[in-house]
Amino acid sequence: MSRPFDWRHTPGFGTLTAAILVFLYAPLVILVVYAFNASRMVTIWQGFSTHWFAAIARNSDIRGAAENSLIIAIVATIAATLIALAGALALERGNLTFGRGLVTGMVAMPLVVPEIVVAITTLVFFSALGMHHGLLNLMIAHTVFCIPFALLPIQARLKDMGGTLEEAGRDLYASEWKLFRRVTLPLLAPAIGAGAIMAFVISLDDFLISMMVSSAGSTTLPVYVYGMMRLGVTPEVNAISTILLAISVVFVASALLLGRKRRAA
Amino acid sequence: MKTPKITTLTKTLAGILLAATALTGAERAFADGGELHLYNWTDYTSDDMIKKFEKETGIKVSIDTYDSNETALAKIKSGAAGYDVMIISNDFVPIFVKQGLFQKVDAGEMPNFKNVDPRWQKRPWDPNAEYTVPWVWGTTSYAVDTSVYKGPTDSLKTLFDPPKELQGKVGMFGSPSEVISLALVYLGKPQCNENPADLKELNALLQKQKPFVKVYNSDGTVERQVAGETLIHEQWSGKALNTRQQKASFKYVYPKEGMIGWMDNVAVPVGAPDLENAKKFMNFLMDPENIALQQKYTGYQSAIAGSNKFLPSDVGDSPEFNPPSTEKITFAPACEEKATRAYDKIWTALRQ
Amino acid sequence: MRRQSTWLMLAPAVLVIGVFMLIPMFIALAYSFMTADPYGGVQAPFTFDAYIQFLYQRDFDDSLIFASDYILIIARSIYLAVSTTVICLALGLPVAWYIVCQSEERRRVLLFLITLPFWINTLIRTYCWILILRDEGLANKLLCALGIIADPLPLLYNDGSILLGLVYTFLPFMVLPIYSTLERIDSRLIEAAYDLYASRVAVFRRVIWPLAKPGALAGATLVFAPALGSFLAPDLLGGGKKLLIGSLIQMQFTSSRNWPFGAALSIAITAVILLVIILRSWTAPKREAQA
Repeated sequence: MSRPFDWRHTPGFGTLTAAILVFLYAPLVILVVYAFNASRMVTIWQGFSTHWFAAIARNSDIRGAAENSLIIAIVATIAATLIALAGALALERGNLTFGRGLVTGMVAMPLVVPEIVVAITTLVFFSALGMHHGLLNLMIAHTVFCIPFALLPIQARLKDMGGTLEEAGRDLYASEWKLFRRVTLPLLAPAIGAGAIMAFVISLDDFLISMMVSSAGSTTLPVYVYGMMRLGVTPEVNAISTILLAISVVFVASALLLGRKRRAA
Repeated sequence: MKTPKITTLTKTLAGILLAATALTGAERAFADGGELHLYNWTDYTSDDMIKKFEKETGIKVSIDTYDSNETALAKIKSGAAGYDVMIISNDFVPIFVKQGLFQKVDAGEMPNFKNVDPRWQKRPWDPNAEYTVPWVWGTTSYAVDTSVYKGPTDSLKTLFDPPKELQGKVGMFGSPSEVISLALVYLGKPQCNENPADLKELNALLQKQKPFVKVYNSDGTVERQVAGETLIHEQWSGKALNTRQQKASFKYVYPKEGMIGWMDNVAVPVGAPDLENAKKFMNFLMDPENIALQQKYTGYQSAIAGSNKFLPSDVGDSPEFNPPSTEKITFAPACEEKATRAYDKIWTALRQ
Repeated sequence: MRRQSTWLMLAPAVLVIGVFMLIPMFIALAYSFMTADPYGGVQAPFTFDAYIQFLYQRDFDDSLIFASDYILIIARSIYLAVSTTVICLALGLPVAWYIVCQSEERRRVLLFLITLPFWINTLIRTYCWILILRDEGLANKLLCALGIIADPLPLLYNDGSILLGLVYTFLPFMVLPIYSTLERIDSRLIEAAYDLYASRVAVFRRVIWPLAKPGALAGATLVFAPALGSFLAPDLLGGGKKLLIGSLIQMQFTSSRNWPFGAALSIAITAVILLVIILRSWTAPKREAQA
């Protein structure tokens, strides 16, 4: 039977998506272009040059900040994703009579509370405990606010999956653990990946909490950049952002390619 | 059989983690003299000066940054630690001292203290130099594009009551203390004002100016001026110099009503891990040649006699560097509670 | 899953958030009932001053008057956050649907493209918008060069630019959740629906939208809550001429040195949003049972 239209092609949506992509990328294009600007002023173009990238190589402060950001992000992502996985499984497959709303609310808290308050009170709390461990303090603080970002995709996926596949699996596999490894985990993998990526990006991006909770030697990149804006942004910031952008492109693109190769095989 | 995706991912992550640890490990190579943790505004510390200090003393300096006095105060008050020296503006020094956040270092007893210009030996916020040594100082006024504005450049009236060609292109700082202190100078009223009549006048002045103001923001003032977004902007002397170097038509104005002066100071927080190194650094800063390196980087004056002769002439002889001797420069003090609350009220209403 | 193992799995999440989030929140709650130390921090006498400040302030001569300043700021912030959410939904839904309708290969590429800008620091991206939107910025220069306008348009430092900045920051937060719910839709369901209903609109209303709703709600939460408390976009793109709640709270801990009021404001916002979330989570199972 012929249909009046192909439901997969909605007129105008393609154009809209293209427009939105342009919108999303406009600042990035500017960012990268001006990283190669010879002039110090981030507005006036004065010829092509790569000396800002060289300046970064010499500027140990900005590199140190970038390293701190990466290390904290990696640790916080791993911790938050694991905790979120356990939590999502408990919420969606578990036996929770009371307390479900409470736990949901608690997990949502880092999303909801204004960051400055979290930042200051966390600092006060750490100081009261006598914890002055720079990077460790930051890792803990970051893990806390990464948990909801990692948890939401996993929880949504679990909700969608329903319990049927797992019910069937239970008849086949002897133990809960094997069921988890063979059925649940592979099905969840994309959602875990999505959650981990979100957590990683959120952690890299965080500035207010990092600014307050950090102590000597643990300045992160966003904090450094924000301070730079006070006294005038130099294209070094553009350059290091371009580098980070390039790294993420390589990272995610290779993950994509790996995925494609596996499916083809 | 493990899913290949997870294995590759784990391996990549592990690899990154290892590389990162190796890199950071290599940089924290232990120096003979120990360490110094400096806490300063971003991009406000001269690399050359730090390198000279490291070479002379063998102390390894690490720098952490913040964006404002207020942030630094909130952090230290909340218990942040690990910093050996921090650079704080003059109006915040008494606050830190009163809250017991700075420790006494008796800078007045240090060998290089004699180099401090007599004018600055008894600074109002630290008269006996018990807590701080000077970093750099400058003035706050405004810079205007003389290619657009042809009128007289001698008064704060141009800023607070702008003529037609400047309306809508005025930039002011984003912090209440800086805007209000300059406004009070224009009105000829005392600083840290608690007089209700004065406060009402101040409020009226700022409200009247508001429609002509484009931004209330202290960041990127130089860029805004050079790009033409603002034609007149409240600015610090060093930034005005930067602006003029990029666009020669900008003039830093020395108003007849007076202007605001400020000085950044180096202090040691209570609980600093490397007190002796901190003291060495403070002493180092009071040598004219050393502080000149810092001046060259940021373009501000120093409080050390004779440091200007180490500067290039286009900086050392510039008008931004040399206020006329008749100019009235007011150093705004730290305000008491009533004034702070009043200022906050005015500022909130202004930014509504 | 048994009760004990459920709680065991939940334990890490509950512990970490309980200790490192709830306790600081209690500190904030305590702060909101204390007196402000004029030099930062809080001091002893317990008082309701911070909460009274929402409505009443002391005039210059010390009399207590009703002040609508803060109510206005809160109202404006809520309005902006709601607008941001609505716009993100209006844009995010078609984009998510478009992506779902593509081939597997193209889907991955598109998702990759949507999330990539995220990897760059929000601060820097927002700053780049200043470069585009200002009078001498690229947008105006382009429009002038094309002869469309003679004088530069005031594209920056107003409510519109703040809204743009907020939508820009939070759009991916809306697209991704909607996409993940729509992705699971069985294409046979859609085809059956199109056999039943003649028009796209009807199919959308009766089939697609109900299925996309959970994703849209998740997206709305992920957008509204942080948008309400955000201060980077408002500060940078608003020119400091309009205060929003995020900047107001920020101010209390920095230049105003009124920590209790900052804490009180935060507690108020948090309470409202949390209430909405908890209510939704209670009613959700009932709704799903009905469906």
